[in-house]
Amino acid sequence: MNLNGFPILSTLIFLPIAGAVLLLLISRSNENLIKWVSLIVSITVFIISIPLFTEFNKSTHLMQFTEKHAWVPSLNINYSLGIDGISILFVLLSTLITILCVLISWNSIKAKTKEFYISILIMESAMIGVFCSLDFMLFYLFWEAMLIPMYLLIGVWGGSNRIYAAVKFFLFTLVGSLLMLIGIIVLYYQAGRTFDILELMTKTYPYQLQIWLLWAFFAAFAVKVPMFPVHTWLPDAHTEAPTAGSVILAAVLIKMGAYGFIRFSLPLFPDASRAMTPVMLTLSVIAIIYGAVICLAQTDLKRLIAYSSVSHMGFVTLGIFALNSQGMEGGILQMINHGVVTGALFLSVGMIYDRTHTRQISDYGGVASAMPVYASLFMVFTLASIGLPATNGFIGEFLIILGGFKANQWAGVLAATGVIIGAGYMLWLYQRVFFMETNQKVAGLADINLREIITLLPMIILIFWIGIYPNAFLGFMHESVKHLLERVNSGSMHEVGVAKNILEIIK
Amino acid sequence: MNNYLLIPFLPLAAFLINILFGRKYLKDNAHWVSILAVAGSWVVTVITLLDVLSGKVVNEDIYSWIVSGEFKVSVGFLIDQLTAVMLVVVTTCSALIHIYSVGYMQGDKGYYRFFAYLSLFTFCMLMLVMANNFLQLYFGWEGVGLCSYFLIGYYFDKKPASDAGKKAFIVNRFGDFGFGLGIIMIFLTFGTVYYEPVFSQAKVFAVQTINFLGYDVHLMTLIALLLFCGSIGKSAQMPLHVWLPDAMEGPTPVSALIHAATMVTAGVFLVARCSPIFSLSETALMIVALTGAITSLFAATIGLVQNDIKRIIAYSTISQLGYMFLAAGVGAYTAGMFHLYTHAFFKALLFLCAGSVMHAMSGELDLQKMGGLKKYMPITYWTMLFASLSIAGVPGFAGFFSKDEILWLAYSGQSPVGKFVWAIGTVVAFLTAFYSFRLIFLTFHGKFRGTYEQEHHLHESPKAMTIPLIILCIGAVASGWIGIPHLLGGGEHFTEFLTPVLGHPEAHGTHAEEWLVMAISIIAGFSGVGLAALFYLVKTDIPVMLAQKFNATYKVLWNKYYVDELYSFIIVRPTIWTAKNILIGVTDAKIIEAIVNGIPKGIGEFSRILRKVQTGLLQRYAAIMALGVLIIMAVMLLR
Amino acid sequence: MVPLNWYLMLSAVVFMIGVFGFLTRRNIIIMFMSIELLLNAVNISLVAFSHYLQDMRGQILAVFIITVAAAEAAIGLAIIIALFRNKDTVHADEMSEMKG
Repeated sequence: MNLNGFPILSTLIFLPIAGAVLLLLISRSNENLIKWVSLIVSITVFIISIPLFTEFNKSTHLMQFTEKHAWVPSLNINYSLGIDGISILFVLLSTLITILCVLISWNSIKAKTKEFYISILIMESAMIGVFCSLDFMLFYLFWEAMLIPMYLLIGVWGGSNRIYAAVKFFLFTLVGSLLMLIGIIVLYYQAGRTFDILELMTKTYPYQLQIWLLWAFFAAFAVKVPMFPVHTWLPDAHTEAPTAGSVILAAVLIKMGAYGFIRFSLPLFPDASRAMTPVMLTLSVIAIIYGAVICLAQTDLKRLIAYSSVSHMGFVTLGIFALNSQGMEGGILQMINHGVVTGALFLSVGMIYDRTHTRQISDYGGVASAMPVYASLFMVFTLASIGLPATNGFIGEFLIILGGFKANQWAGVLAATGVIIGAGYMLWLYQRVFFMETNQKVAGLADINLREIITLLPMIILIFWIGIYPNAFLGFMHESVKHLLERVNSGSMHEVGVAKNILEIIK
Repeated sequence: MNNYLLIPFLPLAAFLINILFGRKYLKDNAHWVSILAVAGSWVVTVITLLDVLSGKVVNEDIYSWIVSGEFKVSVGFLIDQLTAVMLVVVTTCSALIHIYSVGYMQGDKGYYRFFAYLSLFTFCMLMLVMANNFLQLYFGWEGVGLCSYFLIGYYFDKKPASDAGKKAFIVNRFGDFGFGLGIIMIFLTFGTVYYEPVFSQAKVFAVQTINFLGYDVHLMTLIALLLFCGSIGKSAQMPLHVWLPDAMEGPTPVSALIHAATMVTAGVFLVARCSPIFSLSETALMIVALTGAITSLFAATIGLVQNDIKRIIAYSTISQLGYMFLAAGVGAYTAGMFHLYTHAFFKALLFLCAGSVMHAMSGELDLQKMGGLKKYMPITYWTMLFASLSIAGVPGFAGFFSKDEILWLAYSGQSPVGKFVWAIGTVVAFLTAFYSFRLIFLTFHGKFRGTYEQEHHLHESPKAMTIPLIILCIGAVASGWIGIPHLLGGGEHFTEFLTPVLGHPEAHGTHAEEWLVMAISIIAGFSGVGLAALFYLVKTDIPVMLAQKFNATYKVLWNKYYVDELYSFIIVRPTIWTAKNILIGVTDAKIIEAIVNGIPKGIGEFSRILRKVQTGLLQRYAAIMALGVLIIMAVMLLR
Repeated sequence: MVPLNWYLMLSAVVFMIGVFGFLTRRNIIIMFMSIELLLNAVNISLVAFSHYLQDMRGQILAVFIITVAAAEAAIGLAIIIALFRNKDTVHADEMSEMKG
């Protein structure tokens, strides 16, 4: 289904790049034009992506809107795109988030404006590309291409310790990615010289190889998620990145890790995945509790939200590796939720940072008196973050805990404690920033303006939309998730054989 | 015709209008929107009640909420007898308190905000009681908790208020942790979270055991206790009661509506609603009864010595809620609901009267600084007196009938702990009468003990406040008359009404015993009132003397058994200490970062050693090269 | 007729002189001259073999080497002069720019 042959996915990928080229042609001094061009480009991309949402056929797990052209025929590399119920929401999230990033940077980026918006647009292309690729080489290309603009965003427009954070971010992700590259090449030869992801998924691989490849892919994805214990790049990157960078990082970039687990690890290595579930569940639960408890001791606004991401992404991986439909769908939905909520939190923090230029929580207090509208919007995000019913966070967390509990009672119970601590740190944060007596530093601040309200409005709408009528989003996933779970759970029953062997050896 | 939908959604609409337009446009007129909406709900509630009385029960889904795999749940409504009772309680109290707030909150800068939250609360509470499945119940449950958080912290620029709000929310989260797991267990057991199939199939699992976290437990006991965790949090029972006294930081109408009449009774409602599950587990019921009994005694003893007028009423609320659980625990769900219903009137009235007193005293809360207010504010005095007579269980008043029914059913029921909780209940009845009248005597009798300015300022409250007082007073006196026991020639209409949902509790006792139990509870009530009169009207030096003589006991009571301190010591501080010193200080900094930074550092070290070979001296390189050539030649020749 | 071995021995001796000169002397000019010795040692063997095998290609190669050596000398001396201008010395131990 190509919408009458219109290559919609390619357009989505290349339009931002075209926009970036257009920006190159604009004089550096004409900042307003630069901003407006990037805004218009990002909005156009978003509008083009809307038909994906409306025209998507929810009754099949097959890839839709597919495109396929030969790229390097000698190596059997193709330019192959397509989306299914798992990836569609992320494409939409990426296109939406980019608009917001352009809007939020309107006044806060003062140096090298042109380069900044070029980076953002290239970033958008790479993000969409990652979610649409159906060819491993193409996927890897986009996957790595994403690193460069992000590295620049942090390293050029970041805070005081930006170089350290940027290099750390780069090295962490690169090391993981290289292991994945090796894995991809091994797969290529193992499956008879093909990079086609869909074809690779239909094959079975020897159990021992699956385990090795699983860990190779795990290295790339776990760093991105980030799972405990490879999470330490995230607080640094978030803290130092400019607002737009943090938002992209939180909303889309770290989703790619979890997306990778769903798209590649599970269907390619079903037996190994099932065998490794206890490890994954353990790591997830540790991340949930560890991330939450560590939030209680943070003194820096952005750092706190960054650590809360570790905790929330723990929920996501827990849901995914619960390997049942509630957990998986909850996990995917929670990825969207986390993108929306944490994205919104970073946007909000950016807004107040533009006014006060401090991230220390102790510098705030009583902001609700000075900025009532801002305070109410922030409250909505806080509530969504702690998973209050009628907000999106609840739907995701509930399904994940349900799925997790089904898979392993301890995992479900321990994950639920994360919800308690979550309420603790978020409300405490809210109290310290917004309640109590007004701090000198925030007295008389102007409330948020129309541009800022418009920036946050889509997030508010999404929070309640998903919270009140989640079926609009869950409906996309049912078929794809069902198909995926069939693939994972009806694998070739390898560990049964392994267990038998072990038993015989013991005898 | 589902006009019952108006009941929750009118207040929701009022909330939306107020929160969106209140600050700029409505301002001081914000109350009109909310009051009209809640009054509308009340009217529809009455119509619905008439429908239910004529035997019409509604149970339908509105739209599908969450679907994932075999998990399906909708937003749906169930209106049966139990719901109808709750609807009446909620909309009546809410409407009256909305009106009262017009007078009480006048001139406050967050006027619109206050009414918006009150309406939102009403919406959530109605969603809670009208749900037809557990997940929607949970939605309302968290929603009322949220409103409670907003309203306790209404004066958010004051630290104690914002602390109290946060505390209420987090403590409740501990309870909801269990509640949520309970819902999950229900789903995994029954494959659905709708009331109707769950309750009708519950008997199938009556003897089933299940492995839970490595222990084999009785399935129904497990589910019941997990659900009860939620009740403990929401209804402020031991050990999660700590948030309710602090919640008194909120404006008084809030205390009356949320922390007396409606939200805190949601826990009792939950137990009553799930009675088919609880009834299958003797252990769970016993724990419910004991928790209720112990909490009621515990809170009543604290109430004896406090001086803050609102906190005394708050402890009294905890104590009365304990009573309701006590009733549910001995299987007398209808008696619990009856007490819930009468309690809503007299306790809301007590709070509103306290608010009226505060209004006159310019926000003063300390009993020791009041006295003799009777002549300044007669309406408040008389209404509060009636409320206190009701709570003290003086015959003829509403509280008497509900309390008596609980005590009689505890005494005569089949519960193994029935006699024990009956004894505690009787002691608590005595204590309740004592502290309630201590409050009355210290506030309204004797001489005024405050400052001259305060005395000068004393006045009766405006009509918007006194009219709700009078209406509630009628409820506090008369609401019990629909449940007069057969023994006194009444019809027990209330019990009969709820029997289709909650079943009929069996009493095994003679009329003589019933008379005896009633007599004992009356004596307990009157002796409490009498003792209070003796201590605080006649010989006012006795309390001081007692406090000195039993100093240690007095201190423990004054400090509320040090529970707050205990929690701070074993939960709050260790967690934050761990976060600071272990997680940030050791794991993140010393272990993970050390490994992460250690690898590049190791590579650097290695290359520093290797670098020494690169002297930069041409001839060294040449020599090494020559050596290499020689070695190659040697190898080739010697081969 | 002088036997081939003698030529080869001469070539080896000249080559070793060159090697030792290159390794032991610290003056870059002398090291440079040692390199010329190495090249010429190879030339000797090439010409000797050419004569012995009656194959002109050896001599052609020798002429090539002489040419290359000349070019090399030109560039090398230029570098040495440039170095000398910068450092005021042609001592090899002073030239340690490549130190790691």
